[in-house]
Amino acid sequence: MKEQVLYFLLLLVLFAACRGEIPLIQEEEENVSPPSGDKTVAGFYLLNEGNMGSNKASLDYFDSSKGQYHRNIYAERNPSIVKELGDVGNDIAVYGSKLYAVINCSNYVEVMDARTAKHIGSFEVQNCRYITFGKGKAYVSSYAGPVQIDPNARPGKVVEVDTVNFQIQREVTVGYQPEEMVITDGKLYVANSGGYRVPNYDKTISVIDLASFTETKKINVAINLHRMRLDNYGNIYVTSRGDYYDVHSNVYVINSKTDLVTSVLDFPANELWVHGDSLYAYSSEFSKYTNEYTVNYTIYDVKKRKVMTKNFITDGSDKEIDIPYALAVHPVTSEIFVSDAKDYVTPGRLYCFSPDGKQKWTVTTGDIPAHIVFLMNK
Amino acid sequence: MVIKQVITTAGFALAFLLMGNSALLGQSMLDSIQRLDEVVITADRVVREVNPVQRLDGAQLQRLSSHSVADALRYFSGLQIKDYGGVGGLKTVNIRSMGTNHVGVFYDGIELGNAQNGTIDLGRFSLDNMESVTLYNGQKSAAFQPAKDFGSAGSVYLQSRTPVFEERKARLLKATVKTASFDVINPAVLWEQKLNETTNASVSAEYMHTSGRYKFTYRVKDGYDTTAVRQNGDVNALRAEVGLYGKMDDGHWKAKAYLYRSERGYPGAVVKNKFSHEDRQWDTNVFTQGSFRKDFGGFYSMLLNGKYAYDYLHYLSDPTKDESAMYVDNRYRQQEVYLSSANRFTLLSCLEACLSADCQFNLLDANLINFAYPRRHTALTVAALSLHTERWKVQASILGTFVHDVAKYDEAAGNKTEWTPSAVASFQPWKEHDFHLRAFYKRIFRMPTLNDLYYTFIGNVYLKPEYTHQYNIGVTYSKRFDEGVLRRIEWQTDAYYNEVKNKIVAIPSSNFYRWTMLNFGEVRIKGVDVAVHTDWLPANDWQLIGRLNYTYQRAQDVTDRSDPYYGGQIPYIPRHSGSAILNLTYRRWEANYSFIYTGERYSSRSNIPVNYQLSWYTSDLSFARSWKGGWKVTAEVNNLLNQQYEVVSSYPMPGINFRLTAQYTLSL
Repeated sequence: MKEQVLYFLLLLVLFAACRGEIPLIQEEEENVSPPSGDKTVAGFYLLNEGNMGSNKASLDYFDSSKGQYHRNIYAERNPSIVKELGDVGNDIAVYGSKLYAVINCSNYVEVMDARTAKHIGSFEVQNCRYITFGKGKAYVSSYAGPVQIDPNARPGKVVEVDTVNFQIQREVTVGYQPEEMVITDGKLYVANSGGYRVPNYDKTISVIDLASFTETKKINVAINLHRMRLDNYGNIYVTSRGDYYDVHSNVYVINSKTDLVTSVLDFPANELWVHGDSLYAYSSEFSKYTNEYTVNYTIYDVKKRKVMTKNFITDGSDKEIDIPYALAVHPVTSEIFVSDAKDYVTPGRLYCFSPDGKQKWTVTTGDIPAHIVFLMNK
Repeated sequence: MVIKQVITTAGFALAFLLMGNSALLGQSMLDSIQRLDEVVITADRVVREVNPVQRLDGAQLQRLSSHSVADALRYFSGLQIKDYGGVGGLKTVNIRSMGTNHVGVFYDGIELGNAQNGTIDLGRFSLDNMESVTLYNGQKSAAFQPAKDFGSAGSVYLQSRTPVFEERKARLLKATVKTASFDVINPAVLWEQKLNETTNASVSAEYMHTSGRYKFTYRVKDGYDTTAVRQNGDVNALRAEVGLYGKMDDGHWKAKAYLYRSERGYPGAVVKNKFSHEDRQWDTNVFTQGSFRKDFGGFYSMLLNGKYAYDYLHYLSDPTKDESAMYVDNRYRQQEVYLSSANRFTLLSCLEACLSADCQFNLLDANLINFAYPRRHTALTVAALSLHTERWKVQASILGTFVHDVAKYDEAAGNKTEWTPSAVASFQPWKEHDFHLRAFYKRIFRMPTLNDLYYTFIGNVYLKPEYTHQYNIGVTYSKRFDEGVLRRIEWQTDAYYNEVKNKIVAIPSSNFYRWTMLNFGEVRIKGVDVAVHTDWLPANDWQLIGRLNYTYQRAQDVTDRSDPYYGGQIPYIPRHSGSAILNLTYRRWEANYSFIYTGERYSSRSNIPVNYQLSWYTSDLSFARSWKGGWKVTAEVNNLLNQQYEVVSSYPMPGINFRLTAQYTLSL
């Protein structure tokens, strides 16, 4: 009997030794469209957020010259990087020859080679949100400003980082829970949300003088500010998320010469993209009363100051999209990209539409496809 | 709507009526508190139960290398534990893939409530003073029980120790000290005393400290290999219990007061560049409960239960300790009052009718902005018939549930009335063989929790109850042998089909911070549970017990046919899982080997490589020696092969670890 027990134990030991190591996440390729005739744009990167706590931020790449979509490229190209890209990818940008990914819940910014997505370096910014660039410097907004006596009243900050050695150079304290930024005319504008201070949302944009790196003024706009875009005429478009109850989302325009709010566009927006004179926006608002979403796909002409359409998807395929998330417009072909985040816990989809809003192709992405950046050919 | 209201009112009235009646009948006894004796049930053999049941009790329970009830439950089939790792990590149980909220957890016969989120952390219940841990599919196989016992899709009964004295002894002292890896120090003391011929008392207290620190490794094939130490998993916990147990002619009573206080860190998810967290939680759980049972002649029996519970939870996330953290300082206070009256009428020697009525009140307060301050009134009534002949056992019941919510600021969820049936049958085809066929059907639901309905931003007061349907068929077989090496074999196999409808799931709304709860999901579960228990006498003075459990489960998300992941296995449910226990005794020596296997799983219903979770299996080994003076020492090695695994993605589990227990028992 005892022998049998021993054999059994031995069998288990052998069995246990067979358990494999954690498999490396493999890149997946898919042909989605014919090769593009355009030679200016190499393709685009799409950053998938991944649900909080899941460490599933992932990077996809679309290669225009081959019409090929590469899913989840980071792990296989950087197998030695511990825990891959990280937790909640919040922003992506290309500056010079480098690709930057802001990973919110991993509290760092990953710097990669823009052509190969291979790791070059990284820098830490606690609770980092968005990134923008100017004169060889990266500017990252962060919720984690200096802790005050009242822990509920902790302001955010913007940090300035050198794009050669990735060292943090200067920091400036801004409003509560700062989000997106734009730079124009030696000034950095950052939208303060105050999202941690419900119901006492922030209502301001902080204006930073880049030479002295100090906050020179605050522009009072609306509660819970988020997105920020600059058009070709020096106007800044900023979105307010509203309070999710009775105050709805809206878009405000600020003249960067006077720093005054010049108009309210009266349409809701979750995401914005400026392409020539067109401001693309989508919004998706959930009503607790009807249990339904109201979705708009808006184009606003910044020159004519007029809403051109409330649904830029013209072939009815907007019905396929549950939760619109990422939004981008191809700088040359004017193709429109909209992603669907679905239920946040399964892979999303990316849709490519012709400039007149007809679906051209669609592809499966990672979880919560969220941020797109185009890569130009040299 | 009007009709619904009338029914609800009628339901409440019926409940109060029944309560009132029993109060009258039991008037002379009301000053004493009550007792439901579980010992009788415990003595029943597993295979005799009508409903599928699995039990670990007595010495066998103590021999398992288990810190908590959750660890012991891992040895049952058809059940998954979600374990966030370490001694202090949250451990919840999911029976037959229907979800944590469908599990009723009963402590000494009365359900442990958590109206706020509906889950019970079974990692907090120590095995130190536990007599038995029992899992029932469907419900406990008895018609004569409180209405609440009919109210879950599956139930776990925790039975704490009741005083039993050696002959001519009136006092018992048991002192235990455990020390283990992760800086565990865990002293416990139990005192039992005979107060008089009919009344016993027991007092027990336990303290547990752990730093929660253990090494873990992530090793990726052809990739990185990193080892770190788990942080912020420390726990300081104190448990104290006082119990009174009384006997009378044709009846008994029991009263209990329970206190649990703890402070713990949240070890949190291990994600890139963030391997440690700083947020903390403080809990205070207090309850007092009583039970009274008496037979009045052969015709009528009554069972009264009552409980008051207070739960306080304080959660703190402090940016001065973790720069990236959002400041959160939340305090939640819950109170529960519960009264139950169960009544049995023995109509014929083979036929019983039972009527039970329960009333419950729940209250939740919190220091949150726009908090709804919900209060919930629940009435449950059940009518059950039980027929038992020599070869047949049949039970049928209908449960009425009436819920009335009140909220201070938001709109309340309104009234709900639900009627749910269950039917159980067992048949013994041959009188001379202990072989039984059994089947049950049960339809039951879980109410949306107070968080589902009212949590600021997320809650949705229009939620409907989440329903489960269970169909189960099974066989049990048992045989004893008077000679030979094998002395007893017990075998049970059940096949089942379950449906979860109107599953309450969090659905994203306009942005990342906004989720809302909807009755959205649908799950279909097909499964087979197998359990084999054997007793062996290999030689003189040698005794061997073997238990083998296996579960097959296909639990598919069938919410939306157009979804590309339609039919995917639901998160964290392996298709194959199982466990084995071998327990060898020689005179005063004991050795125990236990093995747990969980097959490959996916962390999402999209069963794709990126969500793939490796299978895991652990082996635990323990040796014990006892001495005549009442001393016993146990040494354990857990996760013998130092497997680095995760039950929940990003929550690493401990590798090899050790424990040493010294126990002293004295009867006076």
